[in-house]
Formats: sequence, structure tokens, C-alpha cells
Amino acid sequence: MKIHEYQAKEILKKYGVPIQDGVVIESKSEGQAAIQKVAEQFNTSQFVIKAQIHAGGRGKGGGVKFSPTAEKAIENINQILGMQLITHQTTAEGQPVNKVMVAQAIDIAKEYYVAITLDRSVGKNVIMASTEGGVEIEEVAAHSPEKIIKVWVSGSQLPAYQARKLAFGLGFEGEQFKQAVKLLTNLYRCYVETDASIAEINPLVVTEQGNLLALDGKFNFDDNALYRHPEIKGMQDLAEEDPTEVEAAKFNLNYIKLEGNVGCMVNGAGLAMATMDIIKLQGGQPANFLDVGGGANVETVKNGFRIILSDPNVKAVLINIFGGIVRCDRVANGIVQAVSELGLSVPVVVRLEGTNAELARDLLASSGVDIIPAGSLEDAAQKVVAAATR
Amino acid sequence: MAILVNKLSKIIVQGITGSEGSFHAGQCLEYGQNVVGGVTPGKGGQTALDGRVPVFNTCIEARQKTGANVSLIFVPPAFAADAIMEAADAGIELIVCITEGIPVADMVEVAAFLKTTNSRLIGPNCPGLLTPDEAKVGIMPGFIAKKGRIGVISKSGTLTYEAVHQLVKVGLGQSTCVGIGGDPIIGTKMVDLLKLFEADPETDAIVMIGEIGGSMEIEAARYIKEHIRKPVVGFIAGQTAPPGRRMGHAGAIVSGADESAAAKKKIMRECGIHVVDSPAEIGVTVKSALGVQVA
Repeated sequence: MKIHEYQAKEILKKYGVPIQDGVVIESKSEGQAAIQKVAEQFNTSQFVIKAQIHAGGRGKGGGVKFSPTAEKAIENINQILGMQLITHQTTAEGQPVNKVMVAQAIDIAKEYYVAITLDRSVGKNVIMASTEGGVEIEEVAAHSPEKIIKVWVSGSQLPAYQARKLAFGLGFEGEQFKQAVKLLTNLYRCYVETDASIAEINPLVVTEQGNLLALDGKFNFDDNALYRHPEIKGMQDLAEEDPTEVEAAKFNLNYIKLEGNVGCMVNGAGLAMATMDIIKLQGGQPANFLDVGGGANVETVKNGFRIILSDPNVKAVLINIFGGIVRCDRVANGIVQAVSELGLSVPVVVRLEGTNAELARDLLASSGVDIIPAGSLEDAAQKVVAAATR
Repeated sequence: MAILVNKLSKIIVQGITGSEGSFHAGQCLEYGQNVVGGVTPGKGGQTALDGRVPVFNTCIEARQKTGANVSLIFVPPAFAADAIMEAADAGIELIVCITEGIPVADMVEVAAFLKTTNSRLIGPNCPGLLTPDEAKVGIMPGFIAKKGRIGVISKSGTLTYEAVHQLVKVGLGQSTCVGIGGDPIIGTKMVDLLKLFEADPETDAIVMIGEIGGSMEIEAARYIKEHIRKPVVGFIAGQTAPPGRRMGHAGAIVSGADESAAAKKKIMRECGIHVVDSPAEIGVTVKSALGVQVA
């Protein structure tokens, strides 16, 4: 689960990580009051207006604006709040900006990068830090990997020597060294205690006054662990998610919308991806990823159909179920019932294999519903692509 | 022979009194006649599966009383990491965890703990193992497989069944099928199983099914190039999957590797693996790879 920058900063603050602070507003009418509050609270006359959306690349997309005066800040609030912000991580239409952070302006002396995530290859958390902050860190990783310092930790605390290794590695001395060790230790504790999957500060800055501070904050959380963090679950912003995906999740369906015209309904994520792959190989374009999971019954099939067909691009649907524990005859009954109740407008190709597949095929054939039966995976893909292009 | 499980395996099921646990434990018992007990804390002294197996309070008691060497776990996600550690602490050699949705942080702890023991973990979030006609330890449907000489390693569940089905259709049976799970942290990786299949005199060829994400397939490919003499057929699911709408950048720079299907397949081909683009061609490609080998 993702959260906004301002929420990430609230969490960092709670863990004693110094941040660039500010006030979040949702309407233009709150602008004046917010500016006044930030000016008083943080003793500043300059501001940064920052769009709060989940995607990265906000600055380049015009969603982050330095404002040297209160008047300019108002102007920027009016411009950014409500805009469609397009970045390299959003769709082509962009993401509407429903919230902006009115932040204190910071005089930056130097920028750094620090992040914590899981290193799957060793099963440990890895802390990565670099003196090349504020830039495309992937570029640094690709071209000068030696500039990224890494330490691996599997315990619940960052050992002091590793915090020192990172802080020395970044070239800190004196008071800043002490601040860096404390910040890294607190950030790691925060990452572990919140069950984060990513905790990233980019950039971490040294101010002109010589203090360390998080100018931005990004967190992802482990969905599997949200049950033990109701306060973080409460930070979820459904306006940032695709509405169809949110709807699908209510029925325990794992749906991701794509650009093509062949809808698919499959049991199991691996087989669902393989089904999309073979549709593409046969010259079609998958319209979605949909994993109906282990229990494909009448309700799942019906909800699956409704969600797939809410996408107007869909010209044909492929149902590919490999029944292991799931009995194909039950799935077939579900399909017959769903198709007859919903009165589908597009051709539906059905491929059922595994437990009771023969019985299921007989059921479908004798039901009289208008579906196209298929044998192998390849046969199914060919038939659905042909149906979609007809 | 096969690998990891056979008709001599003695299996206990942790969480045997739950609905999932009892259903699948029953199926495993039906298949191999080698489920010897179950563990549910607080229900020790009772029986499960219509009185056919005893239930114990702890893994250690179950192992001591039954001589079990394999444990199959169907414990809910919040308690599954603890169940894995209990089994390892009890000296169970092979632990198979089916549970989906275990918090990653819990698995970081489990991974560190397992290094201090001699136990091997398969999974979590996996369909388990099947050695046809001998032992079923997990949820794979037994009837789709046939005894034979192809080893199957897969990250996914139903896609494994598809591959097994295709093998059977072209007349090839399996030595052992292993679903390793797709979670960020798993107990047994592709490389570990490649070693076992290479050493197994009853395995002639290996099917390796991966997915986008992570770098396990690339590690496996490099290992195959150096150490595996048996033919390997590979598929990577997800060539059409959209690149994740990532927020942070940290995930991408950990390994520094390109985790797309295209990048993985390229390296796999360079390492001598018979890579199929179409998931429908797994079976026929194994057959032709074996043909080439014989000629």
C-alpha cells in the first residue's frame, strides 16, 4: 500500500526524523490560512507548494513549485490544486491533484539519497545511501554503482557500527555525523516497526544552517502486514487507486486494467500472466489481468464478468480455468448461470481443464448458452483473438 | 528416488483441524497413505481425518511419537512464521508451507532462524510437492500427474498444472513436481532444486517456470550454464504484464538487474536453456529437447 508524501512525513516525524514541514489543504479557500500558519509556525516567508499524488516525478511534471512570496504561493496553489498532473509514473491522462502540501522553503547546501527495502536475493533488509541525492537514482545505480553504499540487516535494529559505516561513507563529520547516525537508526526502526516494504528519503538534505532533514518521503507498506497496523491502513487514499481495481478487490478478485481488447478470467496469477502472453503471441492484446483465485464459483464468475465488461474496449472474453482443487463442472455451472443472467454482448471463449473437465464440457455444450468451447491453451487463444477482431 | 519426498516420507500436517488443513491432509493421505499425524495446539489427544491420524499439541511431540520427517503447514498467515520455526526447532527435515499472505518481516526472521537449523523450507505461498504415485505434500491435484522422468520447478500454482498436463499429453511423466512459491522470501530457490534434480538418477530433464520480478531465474540460468548437464526447458510468465507503477526507486536498484520477462529469457537462452515464448509449447519442447539429447 502506498501513501502520500505528507503522510510519510507524519510517520517520519513520529520516529524523530527531521522533516521539511508544512500544512496540507484540499481546497483553494484554505490557501491563505495555510500560508499564514506555515509562515508563523516555521518562521519563514518563502514556501514550496507540493502536489500530493502517489506517483513520482512530481517536480518535472510541474507539481512542485517554489514560491518566494505569499502571493506567489497563492498563485501556485490555485494552479496546482485540481490540475491533472502527468508524470512518467502516471497514465497519459495524468492524476488529479486533490491535495497540496504548503511547505516551508529550505535552503539546501547538499542533497543525499537514503532508502531501505528488502533484498530478495539474500532475504535481508538493505539500507542504501548515496551522496548523489535528488537525481534519478537508477542512473546512479546503472552508471556509477560504487556511489551507492549498502549495508544488510536482518534484525529489528540497525547495529550502531552499520549506522556509522553509512554516515562515514557519506562523508559526514562532527555534528552532522551524529545527526546522520541518529537519523539512519530512527529510519530503520520506523521501517521495521511499520512493516514498510520501501522507506525512501530522496533527497535527504543538509541545510545551509548545517542540519540534516528529509525534504521528501516515500513509503510502501507490506499489504500482508496491514492487519497489524490499523493506523496505516487508515491512511489509504482510494482516490489514488483505479476505481475498477478497488471494486474488484471488494470481491477478492485481483484485477489490473490494461490497454487491449481481449478480456481474460483465469485462476492463479502465473497462469493468468501466461494466458495474457499467449493472447499477445496470437496477435491479440489483453485488456486486463484477472486472477479469480482458488474458488471460482457462480458469484466469482459473475463479478469477474461485470468487472471485465465495465471496460468498453473489451471485444471478447477468454475464461481459462485449470481445475485442481476447483471442480470444472462447478465453474461451468457458474459460467452458464452468469452468461444467462447477464446476457453478454461479446463472444466468450471457455477453456476448462483438470478436475471433471469432461463433465464440464458436456454441461456447457448441452446448456444452450452461446459460448465458444476451446481445447488447448493455444486453441483458446486463437479463438478469442479471432472473435475479438471479427 | 525422485527428490525430497517419496513413499517413505512420513508427513505431519500443522493446522490439520482447520477446514483447509483437514481437506488437503485427507487428499494427501488418500494419495500416498503416508500422513502420520497432525498438530493443533490445544487439540492434542484428539484424532483427525475420521480418526485415521492422531493430533498432537506440539511438533516435537508429533515427531517423537510418529517419526515424521516432513511437515505440511496450513496455519493462518499471522501464525504461519511461528509454525515454520516450531517445525524446524523440532528437527523436521522438510517443511512445506502452503499459507499465502505471511508478512515479509516475519519471513525475514524465519530465513535467519532456518540458517541455524538443518531444515529445508519449501514455500510459503506455494502448491507444495508431488512425486507421482508416491507422495503428495501440498495441494497439487494428484490425478493430473504421471510417474516419469521429468523434474518440474515452478514459481506458480495453476501454471504448474498446465505444464504437467502438457507433459502427460506428449507422453512424459514426472519424477517430482515442486512449486516453490512466488513470495519475496522463500525457503528453497530454483538453484537448490536444480542441484537435486541433476543428482537424481530418475530425472532426465527439467522444466523451470518463472515469472517477472526478482532475479532468481537469472541466478538459476547462470548455475545451469556451469553445472547442469540435463536439458532444461524454461518459460517466464508475464511478458505482457505492465511494469509496476512503482513509487520509490529502491526496489529497482537493489539487484541492479532487469527483472522483465524479455531480459530474463535472453540470459536464460544465452545459458543454454530451451526457452519457450508460448506457454502452450512447454510439453513439446521438453520432448524435442530430450530427442536432441539422445541423438
